[in-house]
Amino acid sequence: MVRNQPWLTFITHLIILLGILVLIFPIYVTFVASTHTLETILSVPMPMLPGNELINNYLTVLTAGSNSVGVSVGRMMINSLIMALGIAFGKIVISLIAAYALVYFRFRFRLFFFWLIFITLMLPVEVRILPTYEVVAKMGLLNSYTGLILPLIASATATFLFRQFFMSIPNELCEAARVDGAGPIRFFIDIVLPMSRTSIAALFVILFIYGWNQYLWPLLITTDEQFYTMLIGIKRMLDVGEGQVEWQLVMASTMLAIIPPVIVVVQMQKQFIQGLTETEK
Amino acid sequence: MEKQRVVFNNKVLPYMLLAPQVAITLVFFIWPASQSLFLSVLQQDPFGLSSTFVWFDNFSTIFTDEIYRKSLGTTAIFSLLVTLASMSVALLLAVLANRVLFTGRVYKTLIIWPYAVATMVAGVLWYFLFNPTAGIISHLLKSMNYDWNHGLYEGQAFFLVVFASVWRQVSYNFIFFLAGLQSIPPSLIEASAIDGASPFRRFWTIVFPLLSPTSFFLIVVNVVYAFFDTFGVVDAITGGGPNHATDIMVFKVYHDGFKGLDYGGSAAQSVILMGVVILLTIIQFRYIERKVHY
Amino acid sequence: MANATIENVKKSFGDVEVLHGISCDIRDGEFIVILGPSGCGKSTLLRLIAGLEKITSGTIKIEERVVNDLEPADRDIAMVFQNYALYPHMTVFNNMAYGLKIRKMTKEEIRNRVHKAAEILELSELLNRKPRQLSGGQRQRVAMGRCIVREPKLFLFDEPLSNLDAKLRVQMRLEIRRLHQSLNITSIYVTHDQVEAMTLADRLIVMDKGFAGQIGTPLEVYEKPANKFVAGFIGSPAMNFFDAEMAGDGKSIRLSSGEGLQLSGEGVTETAEKTVTVGIRPEHFVICDENKAQIHLRTDLVEKLGADTLVHGYFKDNGDALTLRLNGIQHFDRNNLLPMWVAPENVHVFNQQSGDRLN
Repeated sequence: MVRNQPWLTFITHLIILLGILVLIFPIYVTFVASTHTLETILSVPMPMLPGNELINNYLTVLTAGSNSVGVSVGRMMINSLIMALGIAFGKIVISLIAAYALVYFRFRFRLFFFWLIFITLMLPVEVRILPTYEVVAKMGLLNSYTGLILPLIASATATFLFRQFFMSIPNELCEAARVDGAGPIRFFIDIVLPMSRTSIAALFVILFIYGWNQYLWPLLITTDEQFYTMLIGIKRMLDVGEGQVEWQLVMASTMLAIIPPVIVVVQMQKQFIQGLTETEK
Repeated sequence: MEKQRVVFNNKVLPYMLLAPQVAITLVFFIWPASQSLFLSVLQQDPFGLSSTFVWFDNFSTIFTDEIYRKSLGTTAIFSLLVTLASMSVALLLAVLANRVLFTGRVYKTLIIWPYAVATMVAGVLWYFLFNPTAGIISHLLKSMNYDWNHGLYEGQAFFLVVFASVWRQVSYNFIFFLAGLQSIPPSLIEASAIDGASPFRRFWTIVFPLLSPTSFFLIVVNVVYAFFDTFGVVDAITGGGPNHATDIMVFKVYHDGFKGLDYGGSAAQSVILMGVVILLTIIQFRYIERKVHY
Repeated sequence: MANATIENVKKSFGDVEVLHGISCDIRDGEFIVILGPSGCGKSTLLRLIAGLEKITSGTIKIEERVVNDLEPADRDIAMVFQNYALYPHMTVFNNMAYGLKIRKMTKEEIRNRVHKAAEILELSELLNRKPRQLSGGQRQRVAMGRCIVREPKLFLFDEPLSNLDAKLRVQMRLEIRRLHQSLNITSIYVTHDQVEAMTLADRLIVMDKGFAGQIGTPLEVYEKPANKFVAGFIGSPAMNFFDAEMAGDGKSIRLSSGEGLQLSGEGVTETAEKTVTVGIRPEHFVICDENKAQIHLRTDLVEKLGADTLVHGYFKDNGDALTLRLNGIQHFDRNNLLPMWVAPENVHVFNQQSGDRLN
C-alpha cells in the first residue's frame, strides 16, 4: 500500500464483507432450513436460527430419501463420488499418456491426432447432447457408471495442460535417462510421472469438482433411480408437480451436495487455484 | 523456432498411448457432432420410422420460429448481463482484497468457495430464497408491497436466473483478477503514487490497462459459461418459463430434443450452438496463440 | 577405460550438413577437449559419440567396437550435461543409483559404488538431499558422481561448468582435472572456454563451422596454430592480424611502412602469394632500445589491469591496429612512438585467402 487512508481501508473491508455476506447468505438459509420441520419452514417467515431437526433430517435423507424419490441420498452421494472420481482419474490417466505420446514421440499422423484431440476443446457436451445420448443408448450404457463417466473423460483441456508441462521438462533430463538406460516406459514411470505430481494434484481438484457438479449429462442418461447423482436426486425431489416440496429434505440434500466439493476447494486451495489458472478453463 | 525435442524411437507405443483418448474422442465427440450436422438437414417423423433430406428447412424453420428468435435475444442479453455483472463485481472485490493484504487471504478463501457449488445447486439456493410461497426474500418483498412471483412475471424470472448465475461465477473471475493484480509490479503503482495520482486515478490509468489480457480472457470464458454451464440454473429455477422468458439456447436444445422430440430442429439448434462455440474458441485461441504454437 | 576412434563422421539435420567429416583417434585415458565458438558443431559431435543423435555417415568405435547404431545406454558411456540434468524428485543417492538400478545391479553393489563415488566427490553428507537443496557446485559434483558410479569406458562432458560463477568454475576445473588423474577414464569434454580447454586437455580439437580446425596438444595449438581461425580463437586478447609482403626468399616479411620482421627456420618455403596475413600474439611484442627495433607502435589507449598492461595503438605510418600485452603496470603517454622487437618463432604467417598456416 502506498499511503494509509483509514477511511478507504474501512470502506474496503465493508464492501468485501458485504460481498461475502451475499455469497454466504443462501448457504446459511439452506443450512437453517435443513434443521427445521417442513411446517416451520412453511410458516412464513421461517426462523433465521437453526432448529432441532438437524440429525433427524440428515439421517432421513441419507438412509431413506424423500417421498418422491425412491433412493437414499447416501446412495446418490456414492454415485456422485464414483462419477467424480471416475472422471478425474480417467481424464488424468488418458490425458497423461496421450500427452506423453504427443510430446516424446515422432510418428505418422501425429499432427492429425493432435488436431483430432484438440478439436474437442471446441465441443462441450451441451452442443451434442442428442446424438451423444443416442450413441450411449445404442451401446447399452444408459443407467450405468460407464455411461456416466466415459463420454466425459476425453477432454482436450487436460491433455493440453500435460503437453505444456512435458514440453517444459528440459531435454537433458530425457537424454540423461537414456544414457542411464531408461526406455520410454521407464522414463515415463520413473521420471515424468513423479515430476508431474503438482500438475496432477491441481488437475485432480478441478476435475473432481467438474465431475461432481455434472448435471445435464446424468439428467439425460439416468432414468433408473439407482444411478441418480446428488444433483439429479435434488431435481427429482423438487419435481413434485402439484404436491408439496419437502423443503427440509431438499435443503439437507443440497447441503450434502455442496459440502464435498467445497471441502476439496478450501482444503486444496493452492492446487485449486493453480489448476484453474493453468488450465485456463 | 522451437528447439528440437528429444524423442524416443518406437513404432507402436505412441499409437497405443494415444488409443484411449482417440477412441473416446471419435465415439463420443466426432461421431455425435457429425450426427448433429447430419440430423440438422433431415426431417424425421415423430416415431423415428423414416426421415427425409430437407436441406436447410430445419434452419429456416427455427429462424422463422418466433420462440427461437426470442431465445436468441434472451441468450444474448443473458450472457451480456452475466458476463458484465460477474466480472464487475469480481474486479471490485479483487481490487479491494488486494488492498488489504493480510486479511486478504482470509477473504480470498471466503470468496472463492462458491466455485465448488454446481450451477444447478446455485439455482436451487436462490429458488428457495425467492420461492413465492416459502421464500424469505419474496416474503420480505411482499411485506414491502412488492409482488414477487418469478413463476408469473418474465422480468423477475430473468433477473433471478441472471442473479444466480452471477452469484456462482463471481468467485471464478475473482481468482483470475486477483492473480492478475498480484502480478502487477508494486513499483509501477508506487511510481504513479509519487507522480501524485489518487488511488482511483491510479486504478484507471495503471491497473486497469494492465489487467486487459486477463479481462479479455475472462470475457470469452464468461460468455461460454453463460451460454452452456447455466443450463442447471435455468432448469432448477424456471424451466425456461414463464412464456420463454428464460429459454436460453442450450436449454431449448435440450427441451426441444428430449421433451419435444423434434430431432431435426434440435440438431439444427445444436449446429448453431456449435458455430458459436467454434467462434468463441477461435477468439480464445487467437488470444492464447503464443501458447498454442506448434 | 578405453580408446575410441572417430572416422570421417558427418552429420546433417535435414538438408543442412553441420559436421563435414571429423576424424580423431582417442587414446586410452586421454582427456580430449573439443573447443569452438557456439554453433561450430562441438556439442553435436559429443552427442553423436554419446548416441543421442544418429550419425549420417562415418564410424564411431569405442574400444574397437562399432557403436554407430547402439543406444546410449549400450555404449558404456556416461555424460555430464550442461544444466546437470539431475532428476529433481530423486535424492542425491537415487540420482546416482538410477542407472545402476536399471542395470539390475544388486542393492549391495549399488550402495558400495554410490558411497565410494560420494566419498571421492565429498558428497557423503548430502546423499539424502534433493537437487534443489544443493548449490551449483554440489549439483555439478552429483552429475559427475552419477557418471563415476557407472564406471564407464568413456566420460563425456557437455560444457559442464558454463552455469557456474567464475570462482566456482576455477575450483571445479581443478577438481575435474584431479578426478581424471586419479580415475584415468578416457574423457571427451566440450567447452567454448579456452582457459578450461588449455588447462584440462591432453589434446584439443578446435572446431570451426563443422570442421576440425586443428587437433593437437594445447601447446601445439598455441605455438603453431594450423590456421588463422585457430590462431585467433586461442589466446586472450586475440592475436593481432595484419597484411604484409613476403621478402628475402620467404625468410622475412615486410610491412607497408617498410619495416620488416624475421621468420624462424626455413620461413615460408612454397607459396605463390606475395601478400600474406601475419599474426602476432599481444604478449609476444618486446619493447626494446631504438637500435634493436624492428617495428614501431604509435600508442593510443593504455589499459592497466594490474598483473599486466594492455597497450592499444597503430603501426607507424600504417592504419593497422595492434594490441600489446606487457607484464606489470607500465606507463605510456598517448601518441608515443614505441620501438619493438618480435622473436622469429612468434611470427605466424597465413594464406590471405584460405587462412592456412604457411611457415
